[in-house]
Amino acid sequence: MMFSGLFSAILLLSVGIYFIPNRLKYLFTMILLLIAMFVTSSWGIKALFYDDLPLIVDLNFEFLNFDFSFYIDKLSSFFLLAINFTSLTGFIYAYKYLSPYYRIKYPLSFSIHYFSYFWLYISMCMVVMLQDGTAFIILWEIMAISSFMLVIFNAENRTIMKTGINYLIQMHIGMLFILIAFMIAENGTGVMGFASLKPYFSDHSNTILFLMFFIGFGMKAGFIPLHTWLPLAHPSAPSHVSGIMSGIMIKMGFYGIFRVVSALQSDIMTIGIIILGISLITGIMGIMSAITQRDIKKMLAYSTIENVGIIGIGIGLGVVGMAMKNQILVLFGFSGALVHILNHSLFKSMLFFAAGSVNHATHTKDMEVLGGLVKKMPHTALIFLIGSLAICGLPPFNGFVSEYLLYSGMFMSISGSGLYDSFIILSGIIGLSLIGGLALFCFTRAYGITFLGQERSIRVRGATEVNMSMILPGYIIISVIMVIGLASSIVVVPVFNIVSETFTNTAYDSAIITNVLNNLLQVNILSGLFIIITAALFSFRRNIFRSKKTDLRPTWGCGYTAGTSKHQYTADSYSDNFIELANPVLRSQKLSEEIMATDIFPEKKSFSSVSKDIFDDYIISYPKEFILKLLKKIAVMQTGQIHHYILYIFLFIIAALVLTYFELI
Amino acid sequence: MTGIILTILTALIFPGIILRTKSILSGRKGPGVFQPIYDLKVLLQKDSIFSSTASFIFQIAPTIGLAAIICAMLLIPFANEHAFFDFDSDFVYFSYLLAIGKFFIIISALDTGSGFEGMGANREALFSMLVEPAFFILLATLAMLTGYTSFSDIFTSFYISQSDFVLIFSIIGVYLFVQIAMIENSRFPVDDPKTHLELTMIHEVMILDNSGFDKALIHIASYLKFAVYGSIIYNLLIPSDLNIFLQIILFILIQISFAVLIGLLESFRARNKMSKNPHFILTLTAVSFIAFIIIIIITGKIV
Repeated sequence: MMFSGLFSAILLLSVGIYFIPNRLKYLFTMILLLIAMFVTSSWGIKALFYDDLPLIVDLNFEFLNFDFSFYIDKLSSFFLLAINFTSLTGFIYAYKYLSPYYRIKYPLSFSIHYFSYFWLYISMCMVVMLQDGTAFIILWEIMAISSFMLVIFNAENRTIMKTGINYLIQMHIGMLFILIAFMIAENGTGVMGFASLKPYFSDHSNTILFLMFFIGFGMKAGFIPLHTWLPLAHPSAPSHVSGIMSGIMIKMGFYGIFRVVSALQSDIMTIGIIILGISLITGIMGIMSAITQRDIKKMLAYSTIENVGIIGIGIGLGVVGMAMKNQILVLFGFSGALVHILNHSLFKSMLFFAAGSVNHATHTKDMEVLGGLVKKMPHTALIFLIGSLAICGLPPFNGFVSEYLLYSGMFMSISGSGLYDSFIILSGIIGLSLIGGLALFCFTRAYGITFLGQERSIRVRGATEVNMSMILPGYIIISVIMVIGLASSIVVVPVFNIVSETFTNTAYDSAIITNVLNNLLQVNILSGLFIIITAALFSFRRNIFRSKKTDLRPTWGCGYTAGTSKHQYTADSYSDNFIELANPVLRSQKLSEEIMATDIFPEKKSFSSVSKDIFDDYIISYPKEFILKLLKKIAVMQTGQIHHYILYIFLFIIAALVLTYFELI
Repeated sequence: MTGIILTILTALIFPGIILRTKSILSGRKGPGVFQPIYDLKVLLQKDSIFSSTASFIFQIAPTIGLAAIICAMLLIPFANEHAFFDFDSDFVYFSYLLAIGKFFIIISALDTGSGFEGMGANREALFSMLVEPAFFILLATLAMLTGYTSFSDIFTSFYISQSDFVLIFSIIGVYLFVQIAMIENSRFPVDDPKTHLELTMIHEVMILDNSGFDKALIHIASYLKFAVYGSIIYNLLIPSDLNIFLQIILFILIQISFAVLIGLLESFRARNKMSKNPHFILTLTAVSFIAFIIIIIITGKIV
């Protein structure tokens, strides 16, 4: 098969990153990445447009004893292209983002960083192309380790190292579930890998094995309550890394879920309701927590969880549709989920890049000390603005297309469905509309506080626009966003093909497809018209203003003329009334010192508010503390005296002898 | 086309009628029906003052808000005349268009860096977020009742497809749409456009710094928004197969009575305490959910 030799050669050449001079490392990695992207994209495009599938690429690694052949079908090719795009923009962004570190870090750190980046990219590509279980697990592991190495780029900071290790452990728990699930399936069928799922599911109970896979893959994807690594790891990582982790790496979890879901044979309704229910909780809790964050990148990480929820709603609807034998819901649910995966990989990576640029220019991620950046960093502000609009699902941007597909699938199926089905669908509608409204709240807050208003601290004063190479990825992504928003069928038609190939193996009623495409065409025309009307109105306004006098004055302060930037609304005050409303779920706390009657003269008082993640507390922290306490009790045995240890050995041998004598072991 | 022309025409007198009703009911002489139009004319001619803190967001927000509402008008049918754009789930687009306008007006308020305007922005964001589910449940109910999923199809088939029960739903629907329109347009009981204290305003405080031409654009957008909701209510109330002249007369009548109704509500209803607003809005979601269940019962899904 074409280029397979080239691909293997690049994998071996990647070791070279360690041996070349520091200033050439970036260039070398970039060349390797570009070649790899060229190869995988050519496979992906071929698979997307030809019907003779799956495309099989043999890597000739027989000596490794695993089946290292790539099987590329339409679903793989979709993910391949998304991975390529996001990784490329991420790496372009990395060029200047990393440049300040050249002065303070050893060349080895850069070698490790670039090598890990390359292997994160390669492992993601290979994960979506491998069918064999063992090889899949190995690459899944490489993906976890390489991303771990990327997260701990600033490992000299203790908290970053800690969150990195937290991430690594959680990824391994997830991997354990996937491994066990594959082994269970192998036990039933004799095949290790995705091929074993269909035969296994056809004569075993579906729910339990599915749940094993769902925990494993859902850990990567970030479903609540398996999400706790995500808001810790994303802010710790360098921004290009958080961009590709949030943009595309967590989507590998969805890839796995798609593969498993497409093999389901029975219990489909139960599984669909489980996915839909968890996704609704994930979406709503994710965005609610995002609203409480002050750290831009942490906010974006929680918003990723929200989008995971939206994608999950799509998958859940698709599965429910499979159970209801409702073609429309299957098609719209799964394709809405797939399109949203692509959309989210675009705008979320872009938002992370913009947040990284803000961090680069001001050395802080805390919204409360930012503000007024729109004048200092106009390009970054524009990129963040478009990202925010797109992530809220507003037309004419791409986020609307996927949300439209989901909504329209639900609305079209609700009239014909029965009692229970219509309640399931209605819960999806309520959830999605609530998420939409909350996202608007979250991103007006993030954008308004970070970029608008007056500068809130001295940090903003010295900020300047970042280098062109950090802006360029944003504009590249914006152009793709606009294409998807205004010519949606370019993406939606291939996605429909993917869904019909992966989930039904039957072509859809052509009337449904033409109807959808016609609807999307109207959506696109209306979006275009909206842009035209806006532009026309604005140029009309410009003409009018030419003949008018305009004046610049301070903001209206209600007669108070000595206002400072501290009088502005802050991120905390913006979210205050929402938190009050949502506190039964969010459990955030305000800590303030009361002013006592005895305080005659004013003293320094402090106020702080803490937002907590209850899932993190109940699922990770409390059990962890419990285990640690238990282990401390056992640690009594660790005395450090050699004769004690010899006694333990002696006791162990006696116990072994006695037990053997009674034939107990 | 008829629908859009009528909507624009009625939008011109809409705010005047509300004002007139309120002034008559409170025993004042009050301004004439066309006073808001004269005010607009004055505003359009005035020069502008911009805040020195504000950026380009502040300049483009009013224009985008108006463009969004103009596009939203293209989705509303009139009588049995389909709208310009008529596709499945077009009401999703409608709602998101209004959301764009809101997004920009909110960030333009934050753009001025004023504490007051930040407060208004925050309240607007919170309340419009809470009202979203009610709107979507209501439309899901309509979709389930008629079997169609676009404004045009729903309204043309609303009275044809169903039996006597339609009237029940039309009343609930009108009630909900009136309430949603009141919240979306920042009127009683959630917001009071005539309040003089910045701390209690929502919408008005967001546009404190807008002046002249831009302020006129914001006003025009909000008048149009009212009229658009009015025409949705009209479509819910009046069967689409009537004579066209009768339709036009009824349209104008219903828009006028909608405006009078708002005037009445605002005259006899106290404004909510700010902290009670979320509860009030969530009640609407509950009511629309009840409407959904009623429709399930009517359409015979519960046996």
